[in-house]
Amino acid sequence: MLREIRPAIILLLALTAITGLAYPLAMTAIAGAIFPKQAEGSLIEKDGKVVGSALIGQEFKDDKYFHGRLSATLAPDPNDSTKTVSAPYNAANSGGSNLGPTSKALNDRIKEDVDKLKAENPDAAVPVDLVTTSASGLDPDISPEAALFQVPRIAKVRKLPEEQLRQLVTQYTQSRFAGLLGEPRVNVLALNLALDGAATK
Amino acid sequence: MTVIGWIQILLYCAIVVALVKPLGWYMTRVFNGESTFLSPVLRPLERGLYWVGGVDEKREQHWLTYTIAMLLFHVGGVVIIYALMRLQAVLPFNPAGQSAVAEDLSFNTAISFITNTNWQNYGGESTLSYLVQMLGLTHQNFLSAATGIALAVALIRGFSRSSMRTVGNFWVDVTRCTLYVLLPICIVYTLFLVWQGMPQTLGAYVDATTLEGGKQTIALGPVASQVAIKMLGTNGGGFFNANAAHPFENPTALSNFVQMISIFALGAALTNVFGRMVGNERQGWAILAVMGVLFIAGVAITYWAEANGTTALQALGLTGGNMEGKEVRFGIVASSLFAVITTAASCGAVNAMHDSFTALGGMIPLINIELGEIVVGGVGAGMYGMLLFVILAIFVAGLMVGRTPEYVGKKIEAREVKMAMLAILVLPLMILGWTAVAVVYPPAVASMANAGPHGFSEVLYAYTSQTGNNGSAFAGLTGNTFFYNTTGAVAMFVGRFFMIVPAMAIAGSLAEKKSIPPSMGTFPTTGGLFVGLVVGVILIMGGLTFFPALALGPIVEHLAMNANMLF
Repeated sequence: MLREIRPAIILLLALTAITGLAYPLAMTAIAGAIFPKQAEGSLIEKDGKVVGSALIGQEFKDDKYFHGRLSATLAPDPNDSTKTVSAPYNAANSGGSNLGPTSKALNDRIKEDVDKLKAENPDAAVPVDLVTTSASGLDPDISPEAALFQVPRIAKVRKLPEEQLRQLVTQYTQSRFAGLLGEPRVNVLALNLALDGAATK
Repeated sequence: MTVIGWIQILLYCAIVVALVKPLGWYMTRVFNGESTFLSPVLRPLERGLYWVGGVDEKREQHWLTYTIAMLLFHVGGVVIIYALMRLQAVLPFNPAGQSAVAEDLSFNTAISFITNTNWQNYGGESTLSYLVQMLGLTHQNFLSAATGIALAVALIRGFSRSSMRTVGNFWVDVTRCTLYVLLPICIVYTLFLVWQGMPQTLGAYVDATTLEGGKQTIALGPVASQVAIKMLGTNGGGFFNANAAHPFENPTALSNFVQMISIFALGAALTNVFGRMVGNERQGWAILAVMGVLFIAGVAITYWAEANGTTALQALGLTGGNMEGKEVRFGIVASSLFAVITTAASCGAVNAMHDSFTALGGMIPLINIELGEIVVGGVGAGMYGMLLFVILAIFVAGLMVGRTPEYVGKKIEAREVKMAMLAILVLPLMILGWTAVAVVYPPAVASMANAGPHGFSEVLYAYTSQTGNNGSAFAGLTGNTFFYNTTGAVAMFVGRFFMIVPAMAIAGSLAEKKSIPPSMGTFPTTGGLFVGLVVGVILIMGGLTFFPALALGPIVEHLAMNANMLF
């Protein structure tokens, strides 16, 4: 048994150095050289300032923008560090609501949001992804139905024809990978950036 | 449920099965000590490691020495992780300025990573420095996976050898597994993941000014290199709190699909390694068939339940299934499939929040872990777990015909059956025992996020996941308390090592036995009857043990949901 102690220490340290330092650092160098944009977090800059990441959702509350999913992320309470407060789309503390199917809080919240959305657009069925929180709280996407659902509201606020907005949504809809994997989706940040661009033209 | 959904599921199964033979062939060569196409590059490094470590690669170990070597290796692993977490504030690679992690959380996380559980009481981006993520967690992701595979190979050698006292050399198995199997795949895999959008940087978190003028701090880090081994080694501990649901940890539908394949790849291939080593690949395919039957059944139920959604959602006219706690880019099918895979395989990564699954949809992950994660299972751990059930099934078959049972040429006798039972009984002891304690201990009850039966399910899931070394969670439960950190660490430790030691004892005792050629009376273990028998034994064992607990949690919750009861 004593002769197993030397390899237990030395092999552990050597393999730790290989897999815990050499490997991640080498991969950082290689990935940074081949895919610099992705390796740095797919950041989007506008007028020299970082406005977000193409992969990370951000909060949209203004009526003139397309809204994303609900987000249940939290942040430490500034008044009491042992507590947390709601902080939607906190990209430094991802997480979901973790409310179960028979949770009263969850079902009350959904009902309230459904009523609100029905009042906003009585003509279309409410898409389920607009009234549910995402798993990460940072979901960058909504379904094409959820984007189209919001077109009348945005058209009214921005005084743009609905048809033009619907075309924009179609243009920014990403289909399934190879027509098979995942679900059709619209990146909300990209869509809103395009929307701002279209409005200034 | 949609046609395109089922096509995704079948495509997934087809690719995993297609990988079994080539990976099994390659891994068999690695563990037989033969040269591979990577040997010209890696062999000098391998020899150098043996030289500094004082390992004689020709010297094989008795099963007990092999086990002790493995345990010693893990003592060091605990020390490294614990020390790094406690000291991270004063160590380099900490651009976010994370402070030292509390003692109980450090202890829980150290045990969690050496046992291949990777339970997340820590918050990832909000708790750990880049150094801890790399040197503490990434390295243990490799070594706990390599250990699992090494142990499975040692048990397989027990079956394939005849009249021998040794089962291999632990140091050689772990080193070869890390260098020849895990590292090369991870290097290619990391680059693929970065291409898909995963960050790989040592730079600090970025502050963005959102379109509406708010401030958003975006957490970054060396994510891809850790995620690659996290999935391949069925570790599952997330770089970020939201794990594989985080867009940086799983950016696209394609990255999601490849991650799912990588969870099963090595575990499924080990069935082929088994077949090759015992000299009949069909033995391996029979075991994979057992796994396949249980897997497809689980996927069908979860997919159906999630696609249906809840009665409350339906009453509001919301179609499209239960999207609470799921991401749009994955949708219902890829989220359901991922949940079944990750719990079948002891991975524990999640791309959707299991806590928000429907009652039945969330019950399948629970059952998967409670059955011992033998449906492919953790790398290595699934294989030796499944072989324990096979021993039991063979024993039952032997009782039926009144003949000493045999499996791949080895007589299965009292010692093997006792050891197999011992290993299997650890699961209910830890899962049901600790759940029972937690639900009558008021501070533990206060940790539940949901009221009613769902709160019970959260606690049951926590101990199930930790005992099974899975690491996924009904994450609403506030697990980062002294009670859950310490009892969880005990559950993880016992769940891992009290299964390993009996399994290794079986390996040792089988290796010493003579191999006997099959006769007319030998029960054939490559056919449908054998597959059905093993599936039956697994379901009956698991059903009898865990049904009462499931009845109090997900089953009663399902009935409550249908009766429109809310809590």
